[in-house]
Amino acid sequence: MSIKAEHINYLYGEGTAFEQYALRDVSFEIGDGQFIGLIGHTGSGKSTLIQHLNGLLRASSGKIYYNGEDIYQDGYDMRALRNQVGLVFQYPEHQLFEVDVFSDVCFGPKNQGLSKEEMEARAREALTQVGLSERYWDQSPFELSGGQKRRVAIAGVLAMQPEVLILDEPTAGLDPRGRDEILDQISALHNEKRMTIILVSHSMEDIARYADRIMVMSHGEKLFDAPPKEVFGHYKELEEIGLAAPQITYVARQLREKGVPLEEDITTVEEAKKAILGLLKKTGKAGSKE
Amino acid sequence: MEQKLQKRSRRQKLPHGKGADGAMGIIRASRLIYDYIRRDEDDHVEEVNRAIDGLDLDIQAGDFVAILGHNGSGKSTFAKQVNGILLPTEGIVWISGMNTADDDHIWDIRKTAGMVFQNPDNQIIGNIVEEDVGFGPENLGVPTDEIWRRVDESLAAVGMTAYRLKSPNKLSGGQKQRVAIAGVMAMKPQCIILDEPTAMLDPNGRKEVIRTVHELNKKEGITVLLITHYMEEVIEADRVIVMDDGHLVMDGTPREVFSHVKELKGYRLDVPQVTELAYELRQEGVMLPDGILTIEELIDHLLPIFEMEKDGAL
Amino acid sequence: MIREITLGQYYPVDSVLHRLDPRTKLFGTMVFIVSLFLANSLASYGIATLFLVLSIRLSKVPFSFMVRGLRAILFLLLISVSFNLFLTPGIEIFRIGFLKITWEGVRLAGFMALRLIYLVIGSSIMTLTTTPNQLTDGLEKSLGFLKRVKVPVHEISMMMSIALRFIPILVEETDKIMKAQMARGADFESGNLIQKARNMVPLLVPLFISAFRRATDLAMAMEARCYHGGDGRTKMKPLCYARRDRITYLVYLIYLVMIVLVRFS
Repeated sequence: MSIKAEHINYLYGEGTAFEQYALRDVSFEIGDGQFIGLIGHTGSGKSTLIQHLNGLLRASSGKIYYNGEDIYQDGYDMRALRNQVGLVFQYPEHQLFEVDVFSDVCFGPKNQGLSKEEMEARAREALTQVGLSERYWDQSPFELSGGQKRRVAIAGVLAMQPEVLILDEPTAGLDPRGRDEILDQISALHNEKRMTIILVSHSMEDIARYADRIMVMSHGEKLFDAPPKEVFGHYKELEEIGLAAPQITYVARQLREKGVPLEEDITTVEEAKKAILGLLKKTGKAGSKE
Repeated sequence: MEQKLQKRSRRQKLPHGKGADGAMGIIRASRLIYDYIRRDEDDHVEEVNRAIDGLDLDIQAGDFVAILGHNGSGKSTFAKQVNGILLPTEGIVWISGMNTADDDHIWDIRKTAGMVFQNPDNQIIGNIVEEDVGFGPENLGVPTDEIWRRVDESLAAVGMTAYRLKSPNKLSGGQKQRVAIAGVMAMKPQCIILDEPTAMLDPNGRKEVIRTVHELNKKEGITVLLITHYMEEVIEADRVIVMDDGHLVMDGTPREVFSHVKELKGYRLDVPQVTELAYELRQEGVMLPDGILTIEELIDHLLPIFEMEKDGAL
Repeated sequence: MIREITLGQYYPVDSVLHRLDPRTKLFGTMVFIVSLFLANSLASYGIATLFLVLSIRLSKVPFSFMVRGLRAILFLLLISVSFNLFLTPGIEIFRIGFLKITWEGVRLAGFMALRLIYLVIGSSIMTLTTTPNQLTDGLEKSLGFLKRVKVPVHEISMMMSIALRFIPILVEETDKIMKAQMARGADFESGNLIQKARNMVPLLVPLFISAFRRATDLAMAMEARCYHGGDGRTKMKPLCYARRDRITYLVYLIYLVMIVLVRFS
């Protein structure tokens, strides 16, 4: 199972004076069960790109294969594709509409033409997966907090049981704890269900913690596509396009430059703590509590 | 969903807010309580939700004060109190000595304490940047020449002069927020309250807005009350206040507040990565001071420790 | 999709027309519309064309930009042209089955097409050279006399101006909501009319809720910036006629007289 994109171009306002590339010659292959972080500043083309993967936007040129099948070939079932590649948009307010949470989550399965029992079973499972307590299920989705709405929105897509889950900035506007809770749930889906995850985010810190591969977009082009440590090694290039590596990377780098023999590829607080403590212990006294 | 806010219906003179010594901050709240009251169709009280619970606060003119708190901690409700959009259920809020519940001063209060909101789209009224900036002064009845002067100055102060003839719809989120700030500046406020101005922006937009606000604070001496849950944005504040469940739970310099990493996490908040690393290392016995806020600080304190180690090893 | 709507969009350049008082332009547009309904001969359309070309030139807005506004009325244009073309009695040129084309039909259809096209281009010149705010200001001031009979002119014009600001935002939002629901398998295209209407619920509910939320937010933001109705308000850009406006009114008069003369001579 995989998503494969070959030389995708996407033009806005084709044929007019305002013609502009939103995507330019983007190629990649995403294998089964990967956790991908997609980063880039606003307008870099990352939102445009993810909408190609479930056929909401059609490339001006280039090909996309899902499980080896060309999604642009005649007679390809786009709705089936959308069942397989679930996309959760940034604002839950854009999709919540039912009178209660449970019915809202049923909307996807209902469109798939499932039986009532099957539909409800799936909604129940999805709501449990995102960790939304049962006492909210009968409530109106509009009365929930930002974090809870976000969960309902994700459950609404999960209930369709997709193989790939794409999330467009699922933590925007949440407070730190709310952010961690959502990201942990997503990570659990990846670990337990072996679901392929594509996480669009502005936060390098978040991506460093969860993704095993990072794709960086800039001006419609794919700039980097590599494991986090490798990508953050290019922190100078990242800064040039208005991004940055996680703060901790800079700490490690600067210590190295000053002659402290730390590993080069430290990207999380955990790693930094371990490495520094390790060094201090090796040389002797510190590390033991006084 | 009928949530009745307390509207200003009373018309009465209220006690003047000067303290015994006559010196008081530009924003002062005393035993402030605010309840969101939900009523059913027959106007019976259905649910009372206490958003602010006995808040005492005094903010000095010229300070850059950040209020932190998770969603639902009452920080945004407090912001709306300062501008007289919401009125206290109990207690008093004074803005530059004026009681916000005093109807006679409502426009003076709103002019003195300007407000910038979270959603950049939902606060820009004008169809052209400069016209939007002029909206406030127009409402205040400022003469035309003076409006133009203020619009010019405000746009320059936020660095948006080049965009003055653009449509707000063509601007980035950060630029829209700078326009909103200019719109407040044009009313010549003494103080600006920003209610999560960066929550809907990307990292660059966030930096842009925070930089602008700091400049206004330093160059124009504007008192700033920044409400946020992004920790990186409060490091340079003069004072950080943490709210939880309608109460003020922490109050101090960023360094003081950020030295309590565990407590902050308990309030659903976070600390910058360097602060966390320093804290974790301290827990393991590494001799680092409390409340490290920047990369430079951490490096400066870590290096001597490594040097010591080397010397010790040699 | 949204970018292509030029009708009602402002084109920011500096030109004589841009600097004219909005009332002058409003009046001019009215004069032009009236003249189109008076015109009934090649000569009068000639004068109207001259007037239009002059205005386009003076506006400094690229012609191609204006023409794009015509797309919106293409369907209407086709219908009215074909009605006139096929259903006007007179001297027959040729016929296909029961459809016949007459000289009169061609003439009428031609004039009708010109009239519609000129109407759209004429009014888009006004909107392209006048910011929506100026436009509402112009309307507010022109209709100021209605205040005396208790018509809330200021409030109406404020509402118009706000609507103009939020239409593009809501259009974009509609697009986003549609996509979010399509990602959950919603179908906005197939089915009969009733099914289609029912399928719109997942689109309309979020859209309305968002619009209400924006309205509440905006009202709060306006109050926070001391808005309290039209009383005691000053203007950043007060309307006052300049010499160029007086000259323009003279041009209008000459134009209208010419059209009337051609029509009734």
